[in-house]
Amino acid sequence: MLNYFGQKFKDNGYQLMNDRDAPIWQNPGYWPVTFRITPIWHRVSTGEVAVDTYAGGVATGTAVQRVTSSGFDLSGLDFHTGGTLEKNFSFYVLPSSDATASFHFETVMARLDNLFGSPWLNIKLGKFELDNLLSEKRILTLTGNGGIYQLYHFIPVGDGNIFGQMGDNQLGAEVMGHSADDRTRYSAAILSSNDGNVGLQYGNGYTGFFTFSQAFDTGRLGVDRIGGYAMVGEAPTYYLTQGGTPLGGSGLSNQSFSREGFFGQFYFGQHFDLQVVTQHGSDNAWFGQGFGDLIGGTVPNNNVTGTTLPTGAQAPSWNGVLFEPHYVYSPQLIFIGRFETIRMSQQANGAGCTIATPTPTGQCFDSATGAFDAVASPSNLGNITTYTIGYRYNPFMTSRAGFAWHNEYNWMHQDGVSPTGGNLNTSELLIGFDFDF
Amino acid sequence: MRTRLQKWSLLVGATAVLALPMAGWAQLTPADFEKRIGTESHIGNITGHAKDGKADYRRYCVGCHGDNGDGNGENAFYMQPPVFQQPRDFQLGIFKCRSTPTGTLPTDEDLFDAITRGFDRSNMPQWNTFTKQQRADLVAWVKHFSPRWVSEKPGAPITIPPEPEITADRIKAGRDVFARVQCWKCHGVLGQANGPSAATLQDDLGRPIAAFNFTEGSRPKCGDTDRDIYRIFMTGLDGTPMPSFADNIKPDEAWDLVFYLRTLMRPNSKEKEMAKQLGLKPVDPNAPAGQQ
Repeated sequence: MLNYFGQKFKDNGYQLMNDRDAPIWQNPGYWPVTFRITPIWHRVSTGEVAVDTYAGGVATGTAVQRVTSSGFDLSGLDFHTGGTLEKNFSFYVLPSSDATASFHFETVMARLDNLFGSPWLNIKLGKFELDNLLSEKRILTLTGNGGIYQLYHFIPVGDGNIFGQMGDNQLGAEVMGHSADDRTRYSAAILSSNDGNVGLQYGNGYTGFFTFSQAFDTGRLGVDRIGGYAMVGEAPTYYLTQGGTPLGGSGLSNQSFSREGFFGQFYFGQHFDLQVVTQHGSDNAWFGQGFGDLIGGTVPNNNVTGTTLPTGAQAPSWNGVLFEPHYVYSPQLIFIGRFETIRMSQQANGAGCTIATPTPTGQCFDSATGAFDAVASPSNLGNITTYTIGYRYNPFMTSRAGFAWHNEYNWMHQDGVSPTGGNLNTSELLIGFDFDF
Repeated sequence: MRTRLQKWSLLVGATAVLALPMAGWAQLTPADFEKRIGTESHIGNITGHAKDGKADYRRYCVGCHGDNGDGNGENAFYMQPPVFQQPRDFQLGIFKCRSTPTGTLPTDEDLFDAITRGFDRSNMPQWNTFTKQQRADLVAWVKHFSPRWVSEKPGAPITIPPEPEITADRIKAGRDVFARVQCWKCHGVLGQANGPSAATLQDDLGRPIAAFNFTEGSRPKCGDTDRDIYRIFMTGLDGTPMPSFADNIKPDEAWDLVFYLRTLMRPNSKEKEMAKQLGLKPVDPNAPAGQQ
């Protein structure tokens, strides 16, 4: 979440718009770089994990049980660098690692602002965060499930479409504009349907992401904003193969998907605010049957010539909402809460797809046999409910470094996804120092 | 026209007004400010309250203006004059952009406009993202730092006559005013802030300060309308070497000067086009007085 000044600063291309934004005006000692990492202690508890059972040192089968682990750990490292190259030319580069220091480029983009002297025309090109008002990249929470917005990454059980994850930074180009006071904003982006993965690994699919929002002066309450977004795209379900191995970049048979919803940023005075995002999502029936990301290996199915959809296959769709309230006691102490829920409105495997023994994952396609098992998924399969609460305390605040004492608890429930087809509950308690310098 | 006695009275009064807060400056503490936490501002029908501006000040302003409003926030070190001006010291109660005569306090609207507009070529951005209520609260908070608002009332805004029609003669007359009151000594004959005095300029606290360069930037400091520019001549920019010319320039002449200055500014304007057609030459500082 950015406050309204931060949003405007970003929308102006990281400029104050004071005719002193070019680097030549900056103090020579200024180097726009910051490192962020979080040493933590956390306790993760996952219910219904499939484990082998033994008797007399001999494997006797499997069972499910809760697995709980705790200890000291690390987050990944973010290496932010960004700023202006010249007035109205700016950049952002963010090499990011996981906790084992394996790096990738999370963000690499350059942007041109105020084209033709107008704030209504700004463009950027590269890999960047989509114009989500409630930004996952500036999320205030850190746990495994609570550190992302489930709504931004939701994929129905057995679905092969990884390309509609609006929380992932994407490769593409964006045009955005805003009024002088940033009350009115729009953006339109054209993206490669590759979920931000470099190297043209998938195909020639493209996705559009569009937002519009309007903010209002609500007196003592603050500046409140409402808006909407739509992500509409297509992505491959068929890949050419060589000796049976799929060829990267050869994706064909594009199928469609969409995500759309509303968002709101509501201030209730100086201390309390509430962020709301809704979503209706839908994937083509082919994705619902496990076609899509064959290259990344998240699904095994290839829509080769002659493949047909099973009886009862239908486009999976869902609805979700998240509420994120903040109580800002002072800039140094902020309390965070979140409730998020996603409910399937239509499963990929419909009523016409029935057999006596459903597969645990609810998929119709059986990759082991190459045949389609007809399974009607339970209506609640894959539904998610999650809560997160926490607080961050910054013992000091400066513009040169940041340090927060972070405490957070997340609980997440998902219907029908345990190895036995039961519900899966996970929880995580996290305590740590979140700092950048 | 004011008499000499009136002028001296004004000068002495203004000096006293400026000297008093400076004398008490070092002694001001949060306890002093707390006494004035009830300070209000009035912007149209909106009433701002200092206590309600505290949170926004701490969140958005304190980095430059400091906890005590003395302009010594942590970022002040990085704003080295004359390229950047140091953040305003609110304890002094001295403000550049006013609608009121030199030496007097600004109106609440003046401070509100300054927060809204920001200051080009400084690190003070436009805060038009705030609600009007938030800005009014911040105005009250800014006022509560200075005891001047306890002992003084803001000056009465100066009267600005209606803007006359732009003519070639007026632009030419404006050039004569530019020469007569020696604007060029600081601002340079082409308005490029490179006049013979430019390098020696200091503000009231003895810090180097640059003259305004009319040929760069996207907007003048105190607003970009013709009325805003007119107002600067007549009120001066307190705390800087830019004096008030209220006693030296008649209202009509001030408008002529506005039109001439527009010919020096970057965006293509009607005035610039007319000056081109006139073949208007820059002021010649080496020519005898009256023929520059």
